[in-house]
Amino acid sequence: MSNSSTSDLLKPFKLKTKQQELLISILCLVYILAFITRLFSVLRYESMIHEFDPYFNYRTTLYLTQHGFYDFWNWFDYESWYPLGRIVGGTLYPGLMVTAALIYRLLHFLRFAVHIREVCVLTAPFFASNTTLVAYFFGKEIWDSGAGLVAAILIAVCPGYISRSVAGSYDNEGVAIFALLFTFYLFVKAVNKGSLAWGLASAFGYFYMVSAWGGYIFIINLIPLYVLVLLITGRYSMRLYVAYNCMYILGMLLAMQIRFVGFQHVQSGEHMAAMGVFFLMQVFYFLDWVKHMLSDTKLFQEFLSITVTCAVAAGGIALGVGVASGYISPWTGRFYSLLDPTYAKDHIPIIASVSEHQPTAWSSFMFDFHILLFLFPAGLYFCFKRLSDATIFIVMYGLTSMYFAGVMVRLILVATPAVCLISAIAVSATVKNLTVLLRSKNKVAQIGSTKGTSSAKASSKASLDQSQPFQKNGAMALLFGAFYLLSRYATHCTWVTSEAYSSPSIVLAARGAHGNRVIFDDYREAYFWLRQNTPPDAKVMSWWDYGYQITAMGNRTVIVDNNTWNNTHIATVGRAMSSYEDEAYEIIRSLDVDYVLVVFGGVTGYSSDDINKFLWMVRIGGGVFPVIKEPDYLVNGEYRVDKGAAPKMLNCLMYKLSYYRFGEMMTEYGKPPGYDRARGVEIGNKDIKLEHLEEAFTTSNWIVRIYKVKPPNNRW
Amino acid sequence: MGKFWVIFVASISILLPFLCNSFSPETPTDRRVLVLLDDFAVKSSHSSYFNSLKLRGFDLDFKLADDPKIALQRYGQYLYDALILFCPSVERFGGSVDVAAIINFVDSGHDLIIAADVNASDLIREVATECGVDFDEDPSAMVIDHTGYAVSETEGDHTLIASDDFIKSDVIIGSKKIEVPVLFQGIGHSLNPVNSLVLKVLSASPSAYSANPLSKLSTPASLTGSAISLVSVVQARNNARILITGSLSMFSNRFFRSGVQKSGSSTKYEKSGNEQFLTELSKWIFHERGHLKAVNVKHHKVVETDEPALYRINDELEYSVEIYEWSGTSWEPYITDDVQVQFYMMSPYILKTLSNDKKGLYSASFKVPDVYGVFQFKVEYQKLGYTSLSLSKQIPVRPYRHNEYERFIPTAYPYYGAAFSTMAGFFIFSFVHLYNK
Repeated sequence: MSNSSTSDLLKPFKLKTKQQELLISILCLVYILAFITRLFSVLRYESMIHEFDPYFNYRTTLYLTQHGFYDFWNWFDYESWYPLGRIVGGTLYPGLMVTAALIYRLLHFLRFAVHIREVCVLTAPFFASNTTLVAYFFGKEIWDSGAGLVAAILIAVCPGYISRSVAGSYDNEGVAIFALLFTFYLFVKAVNKGSLAWGLASAFGYFYMVSAWGGYIFIINLIPLYVLVLLITGRYSMRLYVAYNCMYILGMLLAMQIRFVGFQHVQSGEHMAAMGVFFLMQVFYFLDWVKHMLSDTKLFQEFLSITVTCAVAAGGIALGVGVASGYISPWTGRFYSLLDPTYAKDHIPIIASVSEHQPTAWSSFMFDFHILLFLFPAGLYFCFKRLSDATIFIVMYGLTSMYFAGVMVRLILVATPAVCLISAIAVSATVKNLTVLLRSKNKVAQIGSTKGTSSAKASSKASLDQSQPFQKNGAMALLFGAFYLLSRYATHCTWVTSEAYSSPSIVLAARGAHGNRVIFDDYREAYFWLRQNTPPDAKVMSWWDYGYQITAMGNRTVIVDNNTWNNTHIATVGRAMSSYEDEAYEIIRSLDVDYVLVVFGGVTGYSSDDINKFLWMVRIGGGVFPVIKEPDYLVNGEYRVDKGAAPKMLNCLMYKLSYYRFGEMMTEYGKPPGYDRARGVEIGNKDIKLEHLEEAFTTSNWIVRIYKVKPPNNRW
Repeated sequence: MGKFWVIFVASISILLPFLCNSFSPETPTDRRVLVLLDDFAVKSSHSSYFNSLKLRGFDLDFKLADDPKIALQRYGQYLYDALILFCPSVERFGGSVDVAAIINFVDSGHDLIIAADVNASDLIREVATECGVDFDEDPSAMVIDHTGYAVSETEGDHTLIASDDFIKSDVIIGSKKIEVPVLFQGIGHSLNPVNSLVLKVLSASPSAYSANPLSKLSTPASLTGSAISLVSVVQARNNARILITGSLSMFSNRFFRSGVQKSGSSTKYEKSGNEQFLTELSKWIFHERGHLKAVNVKHHKVVETDEPALYRINDELEYSVEIYEWSGTSWEPYITDDVQVQFYMMSPYILKTLSNDKKGLYSASFKVPDVYGVFQFKVEYQKLGYTSLSLSKQIPVRPYRHNEYERFIPTAYPYYGAAFSTMAGFFIFSFVHLYNK
């Protein structure tokens, strides 16, 4: 008797532990899956840092571990932006470097003698794994734990996220997406609970996000927007008041500790929405209090209209005065270009020139989201059906980030967590409904067989029973369909990760004539040459894309780099590249340049080389120096490098440096010498003579060409 | 085997002083001079000039210009420190010497004297063109001056010119004033306007022109007046010095000794100015004069002595450099008041004249501007006749560290007061609110 009672007591508990065991093991598997699916690049190539910006992050992390935090904080880097230099400590988001350095310290404390590079390479996958956990908890918060699990699985392999978090992609986004989702999760939790503690936690989450990535601007605008929507829809509550005020005030104070952000929270136009909403909250609270005190509704209506008018007017005047006096800076170009996709193209060529700032193509949505693209609207439907503070948040997050993802390719990354969560709701709710249907049939049948009494009921039961076999089959089919889709999703994600997103882009791979893999390691060859063969204080001029890599791998001073903070300096380099050699020589001399580096893909067919980027150099150079005019380089609005090219094009420095000695080279069988494989034409100027520069080094596949600047003529 | 080794080392150590006895940064005066002649007769007809060089310690090596054995360098080492081309009519040099070899010789810091003459060969013209001067294209043209000619027994065609229009530089032509006009007979040249390094040392008078004296002047002369240079010098960027003249006979014993009377002037000098002029000029060409060196470039913060790796904005610093002049035998302190240092980043932020202590030490102290970046200490000293000094030393200037700012500033005390009073007020308010029920 007692035995049975204890077992009865234990039964739900056991069930619970069993569920929990299952849950934990699934989460562990997802955690591991998220990590290992990002290791393709390490297996295919080697443990190396990818692309451009990660090299700067790696270099700064190295500096941080070698010189300590205070030297890092005050680091003045005179090897970049010669001769201006760059205050690195004050112009970067240190979150990533500090995180990696802490992991490195911890591992060394635990006596794992790893190199800092390994830590950097694996930081992004590690944080991607953590993101899956956050996604689980977030999903649980807004829907249920089933949706959380699905969200964790979806985000673990979603290509939109993997593109920025494969091993070696040591960039801010790697940790920032974790921080972003974590902040949102904590904030939603705070709103649901209305507790100061969760608000404080979300403020710290926000602090970490601010320290890690400039994308924090999305948080500081989305959350006020969300609050505003809640206010308008009449969902204002004390919970919201506590959560937002705590998060905003503490988050702002904490964010000011980041040197690069500084006083922007109170001084820049982008952050004013948050402040406005903060004051609005106070007005709301005040009105609530007045309403509580005044029992007369008519009087209150009058009071309300006066107060709201006054508050809005005061806010408007404050904003106007702030902007007019210059205390509040206007919106930056980057922010404008988000709201108006055509803005950058017309006004800021340097932003428009970056490929990841281009508007997104439809195909890349399909590529990065696959079935999530269909599940997303379905998830929205479910969210609207069960509207709560939390679902409103995720809906708003999903819709705004989807818009931004359409504006810029790289912002697909920001949309990914939202898309995964909303899709997870769709999947979870559908599967749950279907399984409930499958199970309930048995239950209903049981109930019907035992308790069927009245005829009316019996008839209705009968009709239900009749539809049930059909329903069951339909549910089974739909369930299978869902699992089939999900398995397709998994296959697609793995394929995309392995084929598209695991290339380090510093080492290029191609298929040879016999299907074998050909590796072009020209970048590292060139940077190694620079490191070994040039004087330590040599200055290298190249287009800004390669600046970070040259300083990190070649250890030489560069004129401009990927931190495009000084448009004039970049325009000067653009002008030098698009001028005739003797004019360019003057510029080169004035910048004390010793070597000029160009990237050329005509031999290998590598299309993202300097000739293809050249029009941007012309545009950026022409934006500051009107002597450079884009039409001079075009023929009937067409950009060409063959015989029909514009004369200025055929004789500008970039053309000369790219195609020097190329006219005598056979690149492809059956084609004339000087056949450019990247553009598929025979070049127009095969007889190139250099007067002030001389070829110093060309890599084995001609991808990187380095020229030495000659001293001025001795006798003239 | 070991024995040979010992002998080899011993012979090297004996020979070494002799091998080293040539142009070097420490003793910049030339030593070994190759003289290329058309004809060995020149050796005797111009012996005065050669002897004056020999007396000053130069080791002259006379060769015919078409001697197949002449070579300027062997195994990558130059055999000579200077080259004298007294071979105006040579069409092709012997051995491995050609225009490019001569230009490379100059570009690696060696000196050159070119004397052309009427009917100068294309080869010599080409060398001269490379150095920035163009001889009159008419091969038989000579410089003619009907007012500034040298009076002689026969009336002549006024191609023997007495010129006294010297460059005003004590460094180039010596501090002793040349009183007597210099005799010149030969082809004129003009300076290439593009070339900024070539200087007219002796120019023709405004009434001179360049034409063939035997034929009638049908078209206006292409070269006229003081555009005609008789003797020019070039100091290349690497401080190699070049002398170019259109008259070989200037250097001859006959011109050295002959008396001179300029037309229109009653004074008749017993001896022409050629010897003084050309000897002094050769001292300059061969770096016995006007050669500067800068050593011991130092900079440090005012109170310290060690050179820092970088400065901070608003640091006070001292910069010093020692400048010496080569007197032909030893380094003497160079004393002047126009050496300037720039603190340079794309443009000079500070330009300051260095003060000297009369012993060759130049120094200046100044405050680093309130701008960070990679600066350079630059001394660009280019003075007529002297070798150019171009010193640049890169030095980064960093901004303040986070703890180098003042912690409390007086103007901010209202803010400190506000912050602390708010905290105190909040504390009291909480206390009252919580416990005053």
